[in-house]
Amino acid sequence: MSIFIRSSACLSPQNTFGENSLGTEIIEHRETWLRPIEPDYSKLIDHKALRRMSHVIRMGVATARKCLDQASVSMPDAIMVGTAYGSLESSSSFLISTIERNEEDLSPKEFMQSTHNTVASQIALSLKCHGHNNNFGHKGFSFESAVQEGIMLLNDQDAASVLVGGIDEMTDTSFAILSRLGLYKRNPVLNLDIFKSPSKGTIGGEGAAFFFLSKKASPANLAELVGIQIFYKPIDGREIEQRIENFLKAKGIQVSDIDLLIAGKNGDPKNDQVYENLAAGIFRSTPRACYKHLCGDYPTSSSFALWLAAGIVQSGLVPPVIKDGNAATRNPKRVLIYNCYLGSYHSLMLLSDRKES
Amino acid sequence: MDAQVHIVGLGAITAIGNSVNECLTAFREGRSGVGDITFLNTRYRGSVPVAEVKLSSHALAARAGVHHDTGRSVTMSIIAAQEALNDAGIDHLSSFRVGFVSSNTVGRIDMVDEFFTRFIEDQTKGRLRHVFDHECGGVTQAAADHLGIKDFVTTINTACSSSANAIAYGARLIRNDIIDIVVAGGTDALTKFTLNGFVSLMLTDKNPSKPFDQNRAGLNLGEGAGYVVMVSEKMLAHCRKGPYCTLRGFNNSNDAFHDTSSSSEGTGPYLAMKNALAKANLAPADIDYINLHGTGTENNDITESAALQRLFGDDCPPISSTKSFTGHTLGACGGIEAVFSVLAISEGIIFPNLRFETQMEGSSHIPATTFVSGQTINNVMSNSFGFGGNCTSLIFSKI
Repeated sequence: MSIFIRSSACLSPQNTFGENSLGTEIIEHRETWLRPIEPDYSKLIDHKALRRMSHVIRMGVATARKCLDQASVSMPDAIMVGTAYGSLESSSSFLISTIERNEEDLSPKEFMQSTHNTVASQIALSLKCHGHNNNFGHKGFSFESAVQEGIMLLNDQDAASVLVGGIDEMTDTSFAILSRLGLYKRNPVLNLDIFKSPSKGTIGGEGAAFFFLSKKASPANLAELVGIQIFYKPIDGREIEQRIENFLKAKGIQVSDIDLLIAGKNGDPKNDQVYENLAAGIFRSTPRACYKHLCGDYPTSSSFALWLAAGIVQSGLVPPVIKDGNAATRNPKRVLIYNCYLGSYHSLMLLSDRKES
Repeated sequence: MDAQVHIVGLGAITAIGNSVNECLTAFREGRSGVGDITFLNTRYRGSVPVAEVKLSSHALAARAGVHHDTGRSVTMSIIAAQEALNDAGIDHLSSFRVGFVSSNTVGRIDMVDEFFTRFIEDQTKGRLRHVFDHECGGVTQAAADHLGIKDFVTTINTACSSSANAIAYGARLIRNDIIDIVVAGGTDALTKFTLNGFVSLMLTDKNPSKPFDQNRAGLNLGEGAGYVVMVSEKMLAHCRKGPYCTLRGFNNSNDAFHDTSSSSEGTGPYLAMKNALAKANLAPADIDYINLHGTGTENNDITESAALQRLFGDDCPPISSTKSFTGHTLGACGGIEAVFSVLAISEGIIFPNLRFETQMEGSSHIPATTFVSGQTINNVMSNSFGFGGNCTSLIFSKI
């Protein structure tokens, strides 16, 4: 039985909130930290609850609710969230308090909100959803692990619908530390130009994307989620190609059936070598696109890519700003997302335009 | 679809023992692991008791076979997961698809602490190796790399129910034929961060905890790691010995009531237990022993008791909280208590609940207080409930 994406919602450094596609107005950022464009949260979340929520909780609860609204449903059977960093803001603020106040007179609020599964649980709390509620925090597999669980719950018939999301926030502290670790470019660049710049590092980002999945056939479905696969620390490029080919084979297709590849290039020449190799290898004839110049790089950015892919499959339109290379593609029916996070975390997600079984 | 998932290996390190056998001996002898803080550098030394693993960070690292600066959550994870894999004794392990689903709640925040002490004064200061790879996923990654597991690796973090969810996720991966073998459970080191958090919430007892007792006054934080190795039916032929039992049912339900406390009627715990029974196709009367979440806090124990009453009525099977021995090990407790639950079946054990004296007002529940073995235990339920209303029950069954 097929699994469909009934609706999606995305909060990102682009005008994506409440939309199914990028639109024509692309937001340019000249920074190495792409900040999300925030909706008016007070229109989406109860005022009293909103006051108590940290930034990541606001983003998560608002995006989850928007996703459910788009599907015209009020309650999913299950909720699963992938977030590599969890509640960074609350965690570092509580940690700093323990040091500065020498472990005395600490407020429990930050500690309570520092809990890594706060976004997933606050969504449940705001919906009064008693169903399955899970949270994954594993670097570039955080969102993928959540999607994998959503698929398994639907297959195991433990849920008829699942709400799956990927979310990560950036804070001044994490930006300072990740910059010192050399993740980001030293000097600000225009986000749309990161693939032209030969400098080391990428640009950071933050955001949230949620998806309502079910097995229910409907003309209103955005796309079919054909499958997902993760693979960790492949030995070489040959293993990567084999893993991709085997994944497609298991779904009854081959590379030539892919109408569009959305790849996780991030503008760091060393990081992007893996994509260049594939573009010269098995994907040499495949129309290609990339997305991290729009949302920045973060561990759960593949959720942005999935939102993008679902919109493309549904509308048949490929936004020119994401095209990588000259191969033309019209009305892509099968879109493959391939992301490689920090060289070790590889993931594949395949969508098709089928809306009914 | 509901193919059986078999438990073939166990590993645990806790305040009462550095291996599964050492833990068993401590239970037999009624020896608790709760005591004064000796390793953790905190102002609460001498005033807030905890359940520390009785090995220094260096000794743990030596035992795990890693660099001495690796961090307790990683070294304990390696020690317990390796014990579980050795116990499973699977021939030609590398020819199968092996997964590692591990939980922890705060990563290596104990080491990040050192970094921040310097960083908050000057953002260019602090040694980067005390912060790099120290989020939750970094702990799992370090252990997985050491164990040589790479076919499926992930980290679950749902606070105190984390590793029960890791075991359920591992079982699904096997049922869905994504991997053949999974090492699932969790690890957590005692840290200043969590200790201060629980103290600020006024949830820690100044004495050894008294789960399910009228005069309970909070929990004792603990540390440790616990893992089970699970395989599909077809893998049993490759294991050197027979399985302990099956993981027959599991459920994750949410209380959806409050950030850190449970509803008075225990909706989440009730749903988790009820739905786990349904998934296992068992009736309440089939359960022979319940390993409680039983933290010893005012709120948890009375709501867990209310949920038990609602589901089991006046015919509740023997219950106990092994946290009275190991302390509350947060992201590890679901894994550690899964190991104990499996032992309850294989050794016919009812674990005692230490320090119980007075029945809770408004509760009919009296936990088991003496160690007994050689009983016929067919089905065991293990409860884990966490912040965010996250409630998970696992059911292990004799084959």
